[in-house]
Amino acid sequence: MVGELEFERPLIELRKKIAELKEFTLNTDVDLSSEISKLEARLVKLEQDIYENIKPWDRVQIARHPNRPTTLDYISYLFEDFFECHGDRRFADDEAIVGGIAKFKGLPVTVIGHQRGKDTKENIRRNFGMPHPEGYRKAIRLMHQADKFKRPIICFIDTKGAYPGKAAEERGQSEAIAHNLFEMAGLKVPVICVVIGEGGSGGALGLGVGNRIYMLENSTYSVISPEGAAAILWKDAAQAKRAAETMRITAPDLKELGIIDEIIPEIKGGAHRDVKKQAEQIEHTLLATLKELLKLSPEELVEDRYNRFRTIGEFDFINEYAGVK
Amino acid sequence: MALKDLFTKNQTKKKKYATIPTEAAKQDVPEGIMTKCPSCKKIMYTKELLKNHKVCLHCQHHFQMNAGERIESFIDEGSFEEINENMISKNPLQFPGYLEKLEKDRQKSKLNEAIVTGIGTVGGCKVVVAIMDASFRMGSMGSVVGEKITLAIEKADELSVPFIIFTASGGARMQEGAISLMQMAKTSVALKKFSNNGGLIISIMTHPTTGGVSASFASLGDYNFAEPEALIGFAGRRVIEQSIREKLPEDFQTAEFLLKHGQLDAIISRLDLAEKIANILEIHQPGGEITW
Ligand SMILES: [Zn+2]
Repeated sequence: MVGELEFERPLIELRKKIAELKEFTLNTDVDLSSEISKLEARLVKLEQDIYENIKPWDRVQIARHPNRPTTLDYISYLFEDFFECHGDRRFADDEAIVGGIAKFKGLPVTVIGHQRGKDTKENIRRNFGMPHPEGYRKAIRLMHQADKFKRPIICFIDTKGAYPGKAAEERGQSEAIAHNLFEMAGLKVPVICVVIGEGGSGGALGLGVGNRIYMLENSTYSVISPEGAAAILWKDAAQAKRAAETMRITAPDLKELGIIDEIIPEIKGGAHRDVKKQAEQIEHTLLATLKELLKLSPEELVEDRYNRFRTIGEFDFINEYAGVK
Repeated sequence: MALKDLFTKNQTKKKKYATIPTEAAKQDVPEGIMTKCPSCKKIMYTKELLKNHKVCLHCQHHFQMNAGERIESFIDEGSFEEINENMISKNPLQFPGYLEKLEKDRQKSKLNEAIVTGIGTVGGCKVVVAIMDASFRMGSMGSVVGEKITLAIEKADELSVPFIIFTASGGARMQEGAISLMQMAKTSVALKKFSNNGGLIISIMTHPTTGGVSASFASLGDYNFAEPEALIGFAGRRVIEQSIREKLPEDFQTAEFLLKHGQLDAIISRLDLAEKIANILEIHQPGGEITW
């Protein structure tokens, strides 16, 4: 199977064995049905064991799966009449971010998301879903357009991070992301963000200042990649697995930390197993959230978003001042 | 030689001249039964070409369209009502020969100025539309073009309907000097007011859209579109080449070049244009109550 994952190997081997036995019975008179059903029962149990105890590193692997559905995959299932709008009207059209107008169950919306490629050629064109400043500037242009025409905004987050490059710095990668955080705070329409793959640091957050933030069950959201963290903390990128566990980057972790609102369940084995079903799960969440947010006035939406982020942070006060007098 | 003879002779000479068209004229014959595509050089029936919205049947080359053809191709049949059709230019700078040139172009193009404005429907949605026509003074913008665009924007505002503009222009009209230049500002302040009132602006740039027109209303749409291969730019190619002393790339200032450089939302083939714009208008229709 293409892109099989390490932690799924016992399952794959067991499935293979069952298939072999079935094949064998077809060609001979030997009756192995009881053995087969025993193995099948074991498979069910093993699936349960494995998928209910997915480790952080396993989730990282699922989030990075080459067949994991992308923004455009979900757009094709979730929206009608999608019309893609290109360009930042400044410098370029960055294909690492896609955006446009569409209808969601009859309601006009603006949809924006990071976009990875499906193969090497497309990945080069889309820079592996790692935007340059012009990508963020296109995104905010489309968000302002949505604001003008009073359309809700839906953002799909799926990037390893904003592209670390010379040209990106020259054109103001930091300014572009910062500007988006600032401007998204003032949008008078509902903004819903869904992390569908990797939520890589500031490059993810540049589309992430929403009224509601959701994560697919096997997506990740972190301040730095596990490899990057391992390199800094232990001077060893090979310790990425350990970093993934320490840094609390999975959907359940972020839910517990109060950073995201809800986890959108994934089908067994990951979203790549059935895009259509996964899109249905996302659709439920979008529908319920829009129903709720559309009741708010423009001012309430801004206030809601403000509170959403204002309250994040952990600290204590002590009674005595220990510093220099 | 009698005066009468001279007259006849001249006439003959003129006629003779007209029967030997230049290469350029041959490539661009809109009249006549057959038309040759300047891009792929193939010859086709003019009637069929017109039926295909003046898009080459072989290579998709988009021939230039005049305002009348555009209305026919883009606006719902029978829905167009022209406004301010009788406005004509004055000669504010007393520019030598200007009025004569205007008169000549009026005869040639059967238009009063380089733009036609009006109200119509596209896919059933009511819009105000302004269509520039490059066959009149190269579509250049003087007082009348600026005023008619501004009045059209104000009409769209009054009716609370979208404003659509098709641009085709060499830029500001030299013969009206700084008054022409200020039409850029006049149309822009009108668009800003309309936009602040929530008005939808769609700009469709056609070949060619340059100079002061590209540097004002053509670039100010909520959506900026262009037809394939349209020339769009601020300064002329030769001016740039002389100033930077470099040869410019082949696709420089084409619609495709602009898309790559972030200036366009999309390039739309004329064959899909009415349908795609209707779709966008539909998404922007006010008041669709959602009953989930
Ligand atoms: Zn052709």
